[in-house]
Amino acid sequence: MKVKVLCRNPDDYVRETTKDIQRVPRNYDPSLHPFEVPREFTRALNATKLERVFAKPFLASLDGHRDGVNCMAKHPTSLATLLSGSCDGEVKMWNLTNRECTRTLQAHEGFVRGMCARFCGTSFFTVGDDKTIKQWKMEAPSYGEEEEPLNTILGKAVYTGIDHHWKEGIFATCGQQVDIWDEQKSSPIRTFSWGVDSFSSVRFNPVETHLLASCASDRSIVLYDMREATPLKKVIMKLRSNTLCWNPMEAFHFTCANEDYNLYTFDMRRLDAPKIVHMDHVSAVLDLDYCPTGTEFVSASFDKTVRIFPKDQGRSREVYHTKRMQHVICVKWSSDSKYILTGSDEMNIRLWKAKASEKLGVLSQREKAALDYSEKLKEKFQHHPQVRRIARHRHLPKAVYSLSKELHVMKEARRRKERNVRKHSKPGSVPVVTEKEKHVVTVVK
Amino acid sequence: MAKKRNVEKSADTLKTPSLTVAQTVEDEDERELFKVDDAVISASEDEGGSDDERKHRKLLDAISSLGGKKRRKLAERSEASAQISEFSVSAEGAGEKITLGDLLGTIEKTAVITKTKKQLKNLQNRSDTLELPLSRKQTEKIQREVAYGKSSEEISSWQGVVLRNQKAEQLVFPLNQEPSGPKRVEQVVAGWKAQTPLEQEIFNLLRMNKQPVHDPVLTPTEEASLKAMSLEEAKIRRAELQKARALQSYYEAKAKRDKKIKSKKYHRVLNKAKRKEFLKEFEEMRKTDPASALEELEKMELARMQERMSLKHQNSGKWAKSRAIMAKYDNEARKAMQQQLEVNKELTKKLVIPSESRDEEGSEEGPEEAAVALPDFVNDVQPADATNPWMMGKLTAEAPEPAEGSDIEPPAEGVQQPENQEDGTDEEEVIEEEEVLLREFEERRKLRQSEKGDRDLVPVMPVEREEIVNEKDATGVVEISEDEEEEEEEEVSEFNSLFQKLAEKEQEAAMDAETTNSAKVEDHEEPALLEEGLTRLRTLEDMDLLSQEVSVEMDEPAALSTETPGSEETTIPQPSKKKKRKKNMIDCNEVLTKEAKVIKIPLAPTVIEEEEENEEVQKMIIKEAFAGDDVISDFLKEKRKLEEAGKPKVVDLTLPGWGEWGGLGLKPSRNKRRRFRVKADPPPPRQDKNLPSVIISEKRNSSITVHQVGQLPFPFASPEQFESCIRTPIGNTWNTQRTVQKLTAPKVVTQMGAIIEPITKEDFIKGKTLATTGKQPDISLSAGKGPNRGSKGPQKKGHPKRSQQKKTKNKPK
Repeated sequence: MKVKVLCRNPDDYVRETTKDIQRVPRNYDPSLHPFEVPREFTRALNATKLERVFAKPFLASLDGHRDGVNCMAKHPTSLATLLSGSCDGEVKMWNLTNRECTRTLQAHEGFVRGMCARFCGTSFFTVGDDKTIKQWKMEAPSYGEEEEPLNTILGKAVYTGIDHHWKEGIFATCGQQVDIWDEQKSSPIRTFSWGVDSFSSVRFNPVETHLLASCASDRSIVLYDMREATPLKKVIMKLRSNTLCWNPMEAFHFTCANEDYNLYTFDMRRLDAPKIVHMDHVSAVLDLDYCPTGTEFVSASFDKTVRIFPKDQGRSREVYHTKRMQHVICVKWSSDSKYILTGSDEMNIRLWKAKASEKLGVLSQREKAALDYSEKLKEKFQHHPQVRRIARHRHLPKAVYSLSKELHVMKEARRRKERNVRKHSKPGSVPVVTEKEKHVVTVVK
Repeated sequence: MAKKRNVEKSADTLKTPSLTVAQTVEDEDERELFKVDDAVISASEDEGGSDDERKHRKLLDAISSLGGKKRRKLAERSEASAQISEFSVSAEGAGEKITLGDLLGTIEKTAVITKTKKQLKNLQNRSDTLELPLSRKQTEKIQREVAYGKSSEEISSWQGVVLRNQKAEQLVFPLNQEPSGPKRVEQVVAGWKAQTPLEQEIFNLLRMNKQPVHDPVLTPTEEASLKAMSLEEAKIRRAELQKARALQSYYEAKAKRDKKIKSKKYHRVLNKAKRKEFLKEFEEMRKTDPASALEELEKMELARMQERMSLKHQNSGKWAKSRAIMAKYDNEARKAMQQQLEVNKELTKKLVIPSESRDEEGSEEGPEEAAVALPDFVNDVQPADATNPWMMGKLTAEAPEPAEGSDIEPPAEGVQQPENQEDGTDEEEVIEEEEVLLREFEERRKLRQSEKGDRDLVPVMPVEREEIVNEKDATGVVEISEDEEEEEEEEVSEFNSLFQKLAEKEQEAAMDAETTNSAKVEDHEEPALLEEGLTRLRTLEDMDLLSQEVSVEMDEPAALSTETPGSEETTIPQPSKKKKRKKNMIDCNEVLTKEAKVIKIPLAPTVIEEEEENEEVQKMIIKEAFAGDDVISDFLKEKRKLEEAGKPKVVDLTLPGWGEWGGLGLKPSRNKRRRFRVKADPPPPRQDKNLPSVIISEKRNSSITVHQVGQLPFPFASPEQFESCIRTPIGNTWNTQRTVQKLTAPKVVTQMGAIIEPITKEDFIKGKTLATTGKQPDISLSAGKGPNRGSKGPQKKGHPKRSQQKKTKNKPK
C-alpha cells in the first residue's frame, strides 16, 4: 500500500549557506498588503529625506598651488591621477586616493593656459603665456635627473588652449588661429583661421575624432574637420562662449559655456538654434565637462558655484558651493563618472561626489537593492509636492541667491515689456522669439 | 607610299596566322585583332620616321666630318624663355597670330584622329569664352559648405545609436567591456595558424569533412542523423527503454524470490492457480476471439507432439532411474515418479474440441499475470526518475493502450513455453517478457504517430480513457462474477473492451488484497475529511461560527446529494447559508424603532434580514438604547441640505431707486427685477447622486491638496496614465523578488573604478565582424574544437536549457 504524504523540497526553505538570509515564504496576495500607494509614498518621502540628510558631496580639498588653478587634465588611464596648472606657470600632479601632490614642475612663465594628456597616458602637453608648447613625461624624473620637457615648440603668438586627439599622435592648439600639430613635427600640419579673432578653447570630438570645435573671441563657435582645408561652419552668439565640450556618447552634441550665464547644447547639424538652453548660473560660466556616460555635465561659474545639469534639461539638478571656494575656473568629471574636480581662484582643487548622497565604497547586494528601490521610489513620487519640496531644496550663498532673484525680476520685466509691446503694436509686427532663438545671432557658412 | 605598304605588310603578317589558326573566331575576337592592328600601324609608323631622322643625322655628321675643322660641336641647350616669355605665349612671333588651323595642319594627314579634329573644329567655330573663376572667398564658402554637408552626413550615422540609448531601459558602462569568464575556443585561437605538418594534416582532414567551426559544431552527416529523430521522440524512446529496464529488474527480483521459495505446496498451488486462470482466459478468448483461441489450441497440440516425441516424463532419465531404485523403500520417490508419469499423461492426452478443452491449464504464466502483479512493485519501489512519465507507476492505465495485436500476443507467448520447463525457465521467461514489453512500446509509438496524424484525436483520447477507467471503477463490483454481462460488453468499442479487461484485473487484485480496495474508499472520502481537518479554532467566536456552520451543513449535504447538479435548487441553499452567517451583524432596520420614510431611490438598499430568535434579546436592548433616534432620516436630511447648498442661488442685482422712484414701501418693478436677476447654470451632477447612503463632499480640501500633484507631469499623456503608474507598487511587499529587481533596475549602471571610454564605432562593428568571420572556413577551428564537437550536438538537443545558458554566457560582444 502506498502512503501518501505531504513532501516539500528542502531547496524551498533551506538556505544554501549559513550566511544567507533565511528564506521567508511570502504571500503576495494584494488583499493582505493593503494601502500600497500610501505606504510607498511614505517610503519615498523617507528616502528623499534621507537623501538630503546624507547629501555631503564635498570630499577633499587639494592645496599646494601658489596661484589660482587655471586648467586641469585627467589622466586617460589612471583614475587616481590628476594634472593641474596654475596661473604662476606651475604644473602639479596629484594622487587623488592619497590626496597629495606627487610632482611639481615649473612649466611656463606666466599662466599655464591649457593642458592635455596624450591618449595613451605616457606624456602630457602644456601651453603657456610664454608662447610655448611643451610636452612632458608622465613619469616623474628619477633621482638626480633634471625636470625637462620632452619637447618644446616655440610659437609666434600666445596659445590659449590645447587638446589632444583621442586616438592618434595629433594635437590642436588655439590662439590667434587653430593649429593642428603632428607630435613629430615642429610646425603645424594644418592651420585654420576664419577672419581675425583669437580663440579661447579648442576641443576634439571624442567620437568622430577628426572633428574639432573652438570658441572664438568674436562670440563665435567654429567647427572644423581635421581632414579638410577649411573650417566647416561658424555660429555667432550674442555673447562670447568660454569653452565647449563634446558629449562623449552622442557624437553630434556639444555644449558651450557662455558669458551670458547660460550653457547651450547644440546639435552639430543644426546650428541655427541651440537644442537646449541650460540656465541657472548667475554669472559667466567658465568651464564645463561632460560625465563620461554622456548623461550629465558639470559647469563651473564665476559665481563661485558648480552646477550639474542633466544633458536634456534646462535647469540644474545640483549646485555645489563652499564658503571658501572662489570663482571656479576649471572643472573636470572623473572618468569613472563618480567624482567631480574643481579648480578655483583661491588656489585649491576640490574633490566632490557626483551624486551628493551616494555612499562610497563597496555595497552589499542588499544595500544595493535597497538603494535601487529607494531611488525608484523617489523617481516615482518626484512630482508630489511633499517629495519635491524636500528633494529640490538647496542652500545657496546669499550673494548667489539674491542675484538669482534679481535676475528673475529682470527677466520678468523684460518679458512683461515685450508682451506689452506686442499688445500695443500691429499683430504680427512683433514676432515671438523663443528663448532658444534669442541667443544665436547668425550662422556663417 | 612605302610606309603604307609596310603597314599593310605588317597587318597581313599579323592577320594570316590568326586566320590559319582558327577560322571560326568570333566577331569580338576579330575586333580585338583589328585594334591590335591599329596599334601596330602607329608603332611601325613611328619607327619609320625615327629611322629616317637618324639616317639624316648620320648623313649630316658625315658631311660635317668631311670638313677640315674638326671642332666638336657642343650639345646646345635651348632655353624656352628665349622664345616664350614668361607672361604671354609667344614673344618671338608677336605679330603672327596662331590659329587652330595652323596647329591642326600637321595632323591633317593622319586618318586616325578625325574625331578630335571634329571637336577642335567645333571649338574654333564657337565664339564665347570661359567664365572667370570664382573669387577665393566664394570658393572657400562653397568648400566649407560641401565639407560641412559631408561631415554632418557622416556624423548622422550616430543618430540611431543615440536614439537607442535614449530609449534604453538601462545603460551599462563601460560599453566595450570584455566578457568575464572563459572564452570560446575559436575566440582564443582566432589568430592562430597551423604550422606543423601534424596540425596541417588535422586541419585538412577537418576541412575535407566540412567541419564547421562556429556555432552549430556539427558536420552535415551529424545534423542529418540528428534530424532523423526529433527531440521528443528521443525522449519518449529513452523513457520507454528506461521503463523496460526497470520492469525487467522488478521481474528478475520477483522471479528470484519466487524461485527461492522451497515449499512444494506453494508451487503446486501456484501452478494450479495459473492453470485455472489460463483456463478462464482461454474460455473467454473462445468467446471473444475464436481465431486466436484456435491458434492457441494448435500450439497446445504442438506441445503435445513434442512431449510424445521426447522421453522427458517417461521416467527414463538419470534422475528417474535413481528414483526407481529408491522407490522400493521410499514412498516419496514413488510419488515423484507417479507424478512424472501423470504429467506425461496429461501432456500427451489428445485435445478434445475447443469447447470442452480443459486439460491445458498450467502452461499459462504470461504477462497478464505480470500486469496484475506489477503495479505493486512499481508502487513499492519509488521510481528513480520523476520526470519520466513511464516511471510514474500507473501501469494499469497504460496497459490497455496497445492495439489489439499486441493484446493477443502475450498469451501466445505464454503457450509457446512448454509447461515442463518449470523452474529453470524463469529467466528466459523474464527476458521474453521484456521483449514483449519492448514490442508493446514499439507499437505504442506507432500508435502515437498515427494519432499525431489524426491530430484531433490526440487531446481527446487521454480524457476518454480516464473516464472509462472511472466508470469501470464504479461498476466493477457488479461485473466480477457475471459472465453474461461480459458477453454484452462485446458490442462495446475496442477501447471499452480493453478497459474492461483492465478493470477485471484490478478487481482480481482487489480480491487478493482487500487493503487496496479500502485505500480506494479512503481516497473517495478524502475531501470531506480534509474539510473537517482544515478548520482551526482559535477563539470562542470561531467555535460559535463553526457550530453554526455545522448545523447549516447538516441540512445542506442532504439537499445537495439528493439533487442532481445543474438545477436551481442547489444554488438556493447557499444564499441562505450566507444570510445565516451574516446574522451577527446588526441591521438598523431591525434595531431602530422609528420607521424611516421610504424614499424611492434608484438603488434601494438590498439587505433584508430574517429575524432570528437568538438575536431577539440583543435587538431589544439596542432598540431600547436608540429609542427615538432616527439616524437614517437625519442622514437623508443632511444630504438634502448639502445638495441644496450646492445648488447655485439666483443673484438679485436690482438696485432700488435706479431708473425709477425708490423709498419706503416702493418695490422695484417686476420688469426690472427680471432683468437683473442672474440665474446660474445648474451645477454638474453630484458624485453621490446615485448612492443613497453616501455623502461625497465635493469641496476642495486644502489639507489634501498639499499632497496632490498639481499638474500632469511631462511624460504622461493623461491623468489616468499617471494614476495607474502611481498605483502600481514596486516594492518587495507586493512583488516577487525578480519583479522587484526588474522594476527597480537603475537607468545607468557604472562599474566601480572602471574608466568609461567614449563611444566608438568598434563597439558596434565588433558584432558584425564576428558574424562575418563565422562564414569563412577559417583555419582557427583548431584542435581544441575536435573533442568538443561530439558531445556538443546531442547536448544541445537534449538539454535546451543548458545549451541556452551556454549561449548567453558566450554571447559575442
